[in-house]
Amino acid sequence: MNRFSAFVQKEFRHILRDRRTLLILFGMPVVQVLLFGFVLTNEIKNANIAVLDPSKDLESIALTSKLMSSGYFHLEKMLDSPSELDPAFRSGKIKMAIVYPPDFARQLQAGTAQLQLIGDASDPNTATTLINYANATIADYQQEKAVNSGVIPVKSLMVVQTRMRYNPEQKGVFNFVPGVMTLILMLVAAMMTSITIAKEKELGTMEVLLVSPLQPIQIILGKTAPYLVLTLLNAFIVVLLGIFVFGMPLRGSIFLLAAECVLYMFVALSLGIFISTKAKDQMTAMFISALGLMMPTMLLSGFIFPRESMPVPLQVIGNVIPATWFNPIIKGIMIKGVGLDVLWKQTLVLGAMAVFFLGLSLKNFKDRL
Amino acid sequence: MSIISTEKLTRSFGAFTAVNAITFDVKEGEIFGFLGANGAGKTTALKMLTGLLAPTSGKAMVAGYDVWREPEQVKRRIGYMSQRFSLYEDLTIRENIRLFGGIYGLRLADIKTKTARLLEKLALEADADKLVGALPLGWKQKLAFSVALLHEPRIVFLDEPTSGVDPLTRRQFWELIYEAAHIGVTLMVTTHFMEEAEYCGRVSMMVDGRIEALDTPRNLKTQYDAKNMDEVFRKIARG
Amino acid sequence: MSQIILENISKSYGPLLAAQDISFEVSKGEIFGLIGPDGAGKTTLFRILATLLLADSGTARICGLDCVKEYRQIRKIIGYMPGRFSLYQDLTVEENLEFFAAVFGSSIKANYDLIAPIYVQIEPFKNRRAGALSGGMKQKLALCCALIHKPEVLFLDEPGTGVDPVSRQEFWEMLASLRAHGITMLVSTPNMDEAELCDRVALLQKGKIMAIDTPKGITSGFKSPLLAVRSVDMYQLIKDLRDMEGVADCYAFGEYAHLKFRESTTLSLTLTNEILAFLNAKNHQNIEIKPVQATIEDCFIEFIKH
Repeated sequence: MNRFSAFVQKEFRHILRDRRTLLILFGMPVVQVLLFGFVLTNEIKNANIAVLDPSKDLESIALTSKLMSSGYFHLEKMLDSPSELDPAFRSGKIKMAIVYPPDFARQLQAGTAQLQLIGDASDPNTATTLINYANATIADYQQEKAVNSGVIPVKSLMVVQTRMRYNPEQKGVFNFVPGVMTLILMLVAAMMTSITIAKEKELGTMEVLLVSPLQPIQIILGKTAPYLVLTLLNAFIVVLLGIFVFGMPLRGSIFLLAAECVLYMFVALSLGIFISTKAKDQMTAMFISALGLMMPTMLLSGFIFPRESMPVPLQVIGNVIPATWFNPIIKGIMIKGVGLDVLWKQTLVLGAMAVFFLGLSLKNFKDRL
Repeated sequence: MSIISTEKLTRSFGAFTAVNAITFDVKEGEIFGFLGANGAGKTTALKMLTGLLAPTSGKAMVAGYDVWREPEQVKRRIGYMSQRFSLYEDLTIRENIRLFGGIYGLRLADIKTKTARLLEKLALEADADKLVGALPLGWKQKLAFSVALLHEPRIVFLDEPTSGVDPLTRRQFWELIYEAAHIGVTLMVTTHFMEEAEYCGRVSMMVDGRIEALDTPRNLKTQYDAKNMDEVFRKIARG
Repeated sequence: MSQIILENISKSYGPLLAAQDISFEVSKGEIFGLIGPDGAGKTTLFRILATLLLADSGTARICGLDCVKEYRQIRKIIGYMPGRFSLYQDLTVEENLEFFAAVFGSSIKANYDLIAPIYVQIEPFKNRRAGALSGGMKQKLALCCALIHKPEVLFLDEPGTGVDPVSRQEFWEMLASLRAHGITMLVSTPNMDEAELCDRVALLQKGKIMAIDTPKGITSGFKSPLLAVRSVDMYQLIKDLRDMEGVADCYAFGEYAHLKFRESTTLSLTLTNEILAFLNAKNHQNIEIKPVQATIEDCFIEFIKH
């Protein structure tokens, strides 16, 4: 049996015999994708709201029922007096309140109707989203009314139409699945490689390997090859979950997607090897990977928080994170269906990173203690 | 008078019996060697004697108390020193003494006088504010033993106290042990290291959870026609 | 020709001098022991020779190859067993052996003759994970793995640590039998008793060699008259004997105290009677006095003190 295949075989045995490794390799990606996909969306459904409607006329009832049928809101409570507003918000039962004037229909007839939307800004993101939804629904109602009555209100002469392309329903999943992919591949490839190499150091087996005729490059390749295969498998699982569970499209070439995944994994693996040249034990390797790779990938790559709204220094730091470049690649291929003609720049950056980190870790991998 | 006394002390883990009905007595002021290979059941027995583990059956009396019924009474009367952990390396000598004095509820004034006495005895006055981690291994062990004696325990359990130290330091350490025994402290030395066994007053030899032999090293060597304890062990282990 | 040659090797870690000007040679088929406590510098020397560590100064050669420049060739011809058990605990006995054979481009079959006497003892457990073996069996497996490529030189760093006396004796018997294959062995131990099982030894303390010789040569260098004395109260015995006229040193040695006199003293019945009278006057009971041969330990203490 030749050296390399013996090494790879041994590595697979380690992986298959360690439940923790298996769980991180295959349990975590699935759980993460499902968690992020279902829980961490920025869409809001069935938010509890209260309505204070002293007028109770046709218009107010029609508008309320339109709001309720949008799916975004759930009528928690009809209030009888303004004094009930405060306790309702305080109890946390409602996120928004709609307050009609006593003569809503008459005001509307006259041209200007006063309508109050009150949001719970202790959670500003939710409040803004809810107010926006409500505003959009109200504008919609107004327009329908105008069209039906044949009277075009002066104010509505210019109607702004917004259309969201590629993801018309603005599904959060379309953002999170690619984001989770960048995270998972980084986690599995970089963290697991750094841990597995650090483990040999910790247990003293590295000492024995170094004293053998194995070359450093053989040790590195032998340790990483199995993880390359397993990470590819992981990427495949995540893409399948995205498509079949969350209804993500795959508009571009699947081969290009696979090739880009391999490229990204090379970057992640070489980062993992680099970390392992610095870490003496598994704990250190895990800490460096978690703090140095996972956190920036989650926070700075634009996966959860939009890069555009970050301060410039953070945007600059974000530029050296592989996920920042890989994220647009996955989105481009899967959602927009674009090819290398558009994504060449990101691909080139990832390629350069792979060469750089691989060179750096080879240089740092000492064949003595 | 027996300070440690066990009666058919047994501990099983599932189908495996780690300690199998051991019965023995240790006299006050004795240096008792508790020997056996790794996995023979020494550690499990020791845990039962210090109240960390419940016996499956049988009982153990230490310093006049049933260990499992009154572990707090026992813990107050025993000291412990192991090769792996005894002192905090990132605290100074003085801080360690103060800490362990505090843990055993000594009064501050007592800790002060005892610290002074201890430092003088070990000739460590000049190093009192140095980190324990900076001391050579031999000194660490001597200090750890002295700290284990700080609350004047009636029994001190020692776990492989002198493995890995040079022969001269080993002797200095054993002289500290002899001195403690001389003033009536009972020393129970667990070890798989037969060189240490030669220094004990009496030794018990554990094999597969049972005590296979218990006598003075001298009598054991005669009985097994062996030139040292290593050979005694080999003859007993081979059956 | 010497298989291992060290010339003025020094190595320090910051202020700690792990090896100070170490020189010695080991010839083919010899079992050479590095004897010293933890921290004496044994592991540092092993790592320098196994090409894992660079010395600050001095040269080391194995089979004529330089440990710095020709480390790649050296790695093919040495076997190394580190102080800690360094095999894969989650692989079986057989898998470990197969792996290390493959790493060296060899196979279990190719060198079976060499490892057979050792391997037959663990072969019944070949499908057991290495982590589930007893200390003695782990050590035997590690030895097999280090031998699987038929090395010229074998480095064994504290092979006796954590192993019960039965396995330790068997282990030394195996090393003795390897001598017949012409394998040169460098073995370290903190256990002075094991020195006698080596052909030659170096006594190591704080990074320095205090003596190099055959075990006999070392003990015969102990010139002072030595007596073994015992009584019921060892603590008082040592204390009292140190106060006696003409006594150079007194230390506990197991159940006896070794009493060393100044070199000019001659052992005689008169001296024994003097001691007896001295101890009787101090109320010692069950006194026993006999002349003894110095052990390696006596010599080691002697070297530390001077």
